[in-house]
Amino acid sequence: MKSYGNGTEYNGKGKNRRKSTILFLAAAVVILGAVTVSGIFLEGTATETDFSRTNLAPGAGGLFGTDWMGRDMFARTLAGLSLSIRIGIVTAAVSAVIALLAGTAAATLGRKADAVISWCIDLVMGIPHILLVMLISIACGRGFAGVVAGVALSHWPSLARVIRGEVIQLRQAPYILVAEKLGASKLQNVRRHMLPHLLPQFLTGLILLFPHAILHEASVTFLGFGLSSEQPAIGVILSESMQYLTTGRWWLALFPGLALVLAVVLFALLGERLRQLMDPSSVHE
Amino acid sequence: MKLEAKEVTFYYRGRKKKPVLENFSISIESGERVGLRAPSGRGKTTLCRLLAGYERPQEGKILLDGRPISEYKGVCPVQMVWQHPETVVDPLLRLRDTFAEAGEIDPLLTEKLHIEKGWMDRFPAELSGGELQRFCLARALHPATRFLLCDEISAMLDLVTQAQIWALLLDEARRRKLGLLIVSHNRALMEQVCTRIVELPWNN
Repeated sequence: MKSYGNGTEYNGKGKNRRKSTILFLAAAVVILGAVTVSGIFLEGTATETDFSRTNLAPGAGGLFGTDWMGRDMFARTLAGLSLSIRIGIVTAAVSAVIALLAGTAAATLGRKADAVISWCIDLVMGIPHILLVMLISIACGRGFAGVVAGVALSHWPSLARVIRGEVIQLRQAPYILVAEKLGASKLQNVRRHMLPHLLPQFLTGLILLFPHAILHEASVTFLGFGLSSEQPAIGVILSESMQYLTTGRWWLALFPGLALVLAVVLFALLGERLRQLMDPSSVHE
Repeated sequence: MKLEAKEVTFYYRGRKKKPVLENFSISIESGERVGLRAPSGRGKTTLCRLLAGYERPQEGKILLDGRPISEYKGVCPVQMVWQHPETVVDPLLRLRDTFAEAGEIDPLLTEKLHIEKGWMDRFPAELSGGELQRFCLARALHPATRFLLCDEISAMLDLVTQAQIWALLLDEARRRKLGLLIVSHNRALMEQVCTRIVELPWNN
């Protein structure tokens, strides 16, 4: 680890890594936020049909072209992406809370609780993700509620395991034991020592859940077990446009697909950079 | 005051057949400087952890003036200085905050230990082992401390610093009538510093 006290001039280009990372984070958040908000406003436009302008290629028919009902693909893509991101945020948040509770409970409630929770973690991790999401989604009546329940209830185990390990390690950490002997209360220890160590792990885990959640939502919808077909979801758009691919209307699948990949990559990078920013081993860089 | 271990048996989880300590007793009076000697892996550090209340013995008692050590609330009168100082300071806190946790520390003490003011704004990773150990020593010499358990505290220091630290520690112990338990592999140091030397029994 290179460390020059105050951390400026890290790579000799005037801007240190920390600053450029923060800049990137801000840009990513603004882009994703803009997509989400504009998608909400474009939901009306996305469902508007215009049969005088069907099947237009990109250029003549707007940025992303139009489909067989004359709907503007740009608006549909943005609306779908926005829906996906919103579902991703809700499900990732619910998953992360489950993971936090399960992980902390496993680490603090004794050996039996640990065995039970660890067994549950192994169980959920043992079932193929997409299968589990489909099953829960069907059991909860498909649609928005089904997808949210399915994705939220299947993505917590890996983060729960990380948090369990972290809390077990922290409880035995000598500096916490010593602080206790110097008269610090349990609450003070949690606030001063445990939270600062747990928070980066938790936040990074939370953000790295987004791309998974979004992808799984889209794939379940694509397979027909998720959102209903009248909703402007990326999964719905992709599965519908499959029928038109062979007739040469490539833009129906290409742009929404690319947009989904970009959003997922952006979220993944966001999590990765955030980890770099907060990880104890690189926090001073 | 008197710190004593009474017929203590201790084993780590799952190693009941091979206890680290078996029926072991020791007592330290205020003002006494007891040396503890044993080969590696015989439970010197474990004994320190037991005496300081970090572990509880499966059998026997750890008593401070006749009361179990776990009953003392607030700042514990028995403090331990650990062998590896980098494990006992929170890596995410500046040393100033770690210091503040121990309450007010006598500025005279920090001066005698050659702790520089500039260190306070640094993180533990930015100090050397010797610098951190002096820092931990200052923290363990809390005004409420009556007994100090020194677990190989000078093994990683250069000779000059070792001499300084032991001179200060002896001075402080005499002035405040502290009881010391000194764990070391250095026979010459023990003979110089301790009032008596105890050997841990070999039971395996």
